Amino acid sequence: MASKVFVITSGKGGVGKTTTTAHLGAALALSGKKVAVIDADIGLRNLDIVLGLENRIVYDLVNVIEGACKLSQALVRDKRVEGLSLLPASQSRTKEAVQPEQMKALCDELREQFDYVLVDSPAGIEGGFRSALAGADSAIVVTTPHVAAVRDADRIIGLVEAAEKGSPQLIINRMDMNLIKKGEMLDQEDVVEILAIRLLGIIPEDSAIVSASNKGEPVVMNGKSLSGEAYRRIARRLEGEDVPFIELSSDSGFFNRLKSMISSN
Amino acid sequence: MAWFFNSKKTSKESAKKRLQLVLMHDRASINPQLLDKLKEELLQVIEKYVEIDTSGMEISLDGDKRTVALVANIPIKGTR
Repeated sequence: MASKVFVITSGKGGVGKTTTTAHLGAALALSGKKVAVIDADIGLRNLDIVLGLENRIVYDLVNVIEGACKLSQALVRDKRVEGLSLLPASQSRTKEAVQPEQMKALCDELREQFDYVLVDSPAGIEGGFRSALAGADSAIVVTTPHVAAVRDADRIIGLVEAAEKGSPQLIINRMDMNLIKKGEMLDQEDVVEILAIRLLGIIPEDSAIVSASNKGEPVVMNGKSLSGEAYRRIARRLEGEDVPFIELSSDSGFFNRLKSMISSN
Repeated sequence: MAWFFNSKKTSKESAKKRLQLVLMHDRASINPQLLDKLKEELLQVIEKYVEIDTSGMEISLDGDKRTVALVANIPIKGTR
């Protein structure tokens, strides 16, 4: 059976777990799937603000687990992206409020109602990560091409494999083609060779991501952005389609972007 | 391709080399101190049976994909 509950994790903080969860979730929903994104970073709620749903939260994950509300009451439906729902993290509690077996039960309940469930894991390798991992079928590891992030990604891959969740898939975020061309940044072949897991996608360094978060709008709704296209392709790969990786261009000019998008279609 | 003609090493090459080495140790949970100790004791055992060339020996961690191996290359001078 194909995986449908994925934990999005990285070990190191700040590499783009939340961004990936938000935009990949939106990309899957735009392709017609029913998707739930869960913010498992209890105490540090932020998936809601990236998605622009921060003003619509009534209940949260901890309320559901403690039985204070029904799951359906806590899920926030995105009105712009049909099929996308958010289960927000609790802001006033800590990671200890959720135990792995509770998370597993929650994921199993969501599994019944959705095509995909993406769990945004907190950084670190402690309890919060363990809980986020508990209900998942498999993991998507996010890294950037920086030494600290790659080292932590390797550690996380080891922990995911030890938890018998299979070999994770890799997303390399914030690839800067200008630096790669100069030999001042690890490229995708380097990172894949080092980590030795399947590459699921590459995301270019893109100012559209910053604007999207500022506005609280999934970048995949922006048809012109290269990062949006990158997330849409990852969504297609999860669906089993064989899609080429985006062509990173060192010049982010309009014609280059257009060229890379046309050549890929 | 600019770096191809440049004899100076690019920072990406150092990044890759350093990562590959540190991950070998991370994955095996063997730090350099432990490896030194292991090397020392291993030598003591081997020297009981054969005469070895300590200057030409090499003991390190090596790996392929996600597996790590302890690789020892110990030249033998003769049997005791």
